[in-house]
Amino acid sequence: MTLRRTTATARRVLRQLRHDPRTVGLLVAVPAVLMGILAWMLHGRDHDFDTFGPPLLGIFPLIVMFLVTSVATLRERTSGTLERLLTMPLAKADFVVGYGLAFGLTAVVQALVVSGLCFGLYGMHVEGSAWLVVVVAVMDALLGTALGLSVSALATTEFQAVQFMPAFILPQLLLCGIIVPRDQLPTVLHWVSDALPMSYAVGATQQLSTSATVTSTFVVDVAVVAAFAAGALVLGATTLRRRTP
Amino acid sequence: MTPAVDPDPPAVRVEHLTVVRGGVRAVDDVSFVVHGGSLVGLLGPSGCGKTTLMRSLVGTQIVARGVIELFGLPAGSRALRDRVGYVTQAPSVYTDLTVVENLRYFAAMLGHDGADADRVIAAVDLTARAGALVGRLSGGETARVSLATALLGDPRLLVLDEPTVGLDPLLRRDLWALFARLAAAGTTVVVSSHVMDEAERCQRLLLMREGKVVADESPGTLLARTGAADFESAFITLIEAGAR
Repeated sequence: MTLRRTTATARRVLRQLRHDPRTVGLLVAVPAVLMGILAWMLHGRDHDFDTFGPPLLGIFPLIVMFLVTSVATLRERTSGTLERLLTMPLAKADFVVGYGLAFGLTAVVQALVVSGLCFGLYGMHVEGSAWLVVVVAVMDALLGTALGLSVSALATTEFQAVQFMPAFILPQLLLCGIIVPRDQLPTVLHWVSDALPMSYAVGATQQLSTSATVTSTFVVDVAVVAAFAAGALVLGATTLRRRTP
Repeated sequence: MTPAVDPDPPAVRVEHLTVVRGGVRAVDDVSFVVHGGSLVGLLGPSGCGKTTLMRSLVGTQIVARGVIELFGLPAGSRALRDRVGYVTQAPSVYTDLTVVENLRYFAAMLGHDGADADRVIAAVDLTARAGALVGRLSGGETARVSLATALLGDPRLLVLDEPTVGLDPLLRRDLWALFARLAAAGTTVVVSSHVMDEAERCQRLLLMREGKVVADESPGTLLARTGAADFESAFITLIEAGAR
């Protein structure tokens, strides 16, 4: 892995995004509008927006980045650009980390805009630091990117790739603790939710909602999300094959 | 491993190569040697195994049996990755980037700079379109962007899968002249085509059919041996002689 090839790959992915302003617009506008709808629909209902807002602020970017990355990687596989790259002196990590960097930077912009709207306009309030909410949202987006990269190896067509979203993300959404607190889940489902990264992503924001100080639970939750993202990136790199049948 | 190190190994050495794809022997016990600086045409109808053979040469194909060495190293070796230029049949470039952005990126992968990108854009006559998005180019122009990528750096072996198909005749002539110049300068060039007339542009022909090499000789020898007037008839004569 070399810094030069990794950053060149990240710059290339960002250039592709720059030539596609509609995608960039959607990346920022979709979560912004969704959070606006949520704020409106929970308006006047005590602290509901402060409860549901922060976790969803992280989950929406996770879903969006998962989809964008799995389609982008699948396109590299089907167009032959990945095969060409792998005949060149490029380390698999250059490719995977390059994508992570590019979408991570995009996620920073996305998280800043959406959080700015939530705290400035929609009236969201958390006991902890709003900046840490932004950090968690970026981490969630990175997790989405990493999961998208590794999962896209399982797909051979775009139809399959988009269906991995409901397959991989929706179960996590059901079990992450937004609908039913995780400690009230049936035992087996509680175990399952313990093994899913989104549970920790939501846990981290719940800590920020209710606690003014940085708790050890928050630190552990963020570390687990980071570990899942790193693990998924490593898994993604191992799915890149220089030789194919 | 080879027992003794060859001081001047051939550019390509293929021995008893067999590749199975989807239960079919796409390449069936093929052997040949190509020496440095030659221009070799790999000709045959669609589906005869040309692409599979070329993918085997660049090391992206899982092979069932056989030996493939480039410059004495096993195909796909790390040390070969900046010495072998490969053009896939379908143009493998980013359609949502401009011509120059594509080539700068691939140049960076090979450790070269923007000047090298400009050089290869000129070599395929696309300087006037350098700032255009590849997605807005014609099919022939897109194929040339893909070809330019393979010319980046200083490849010692070029593996070009149907690089001239569908191109304007004048441009095709220019590209074949470019391949001949590259070969004269010491680069080994292996070009595939299903257009038999392109055979006359090569120094040496490998004719393939159903995974096997059915002829391996110079264009002149092939015509003389078969007594055919053109390469299409020569191919037919060969196949029919083989069937009898």
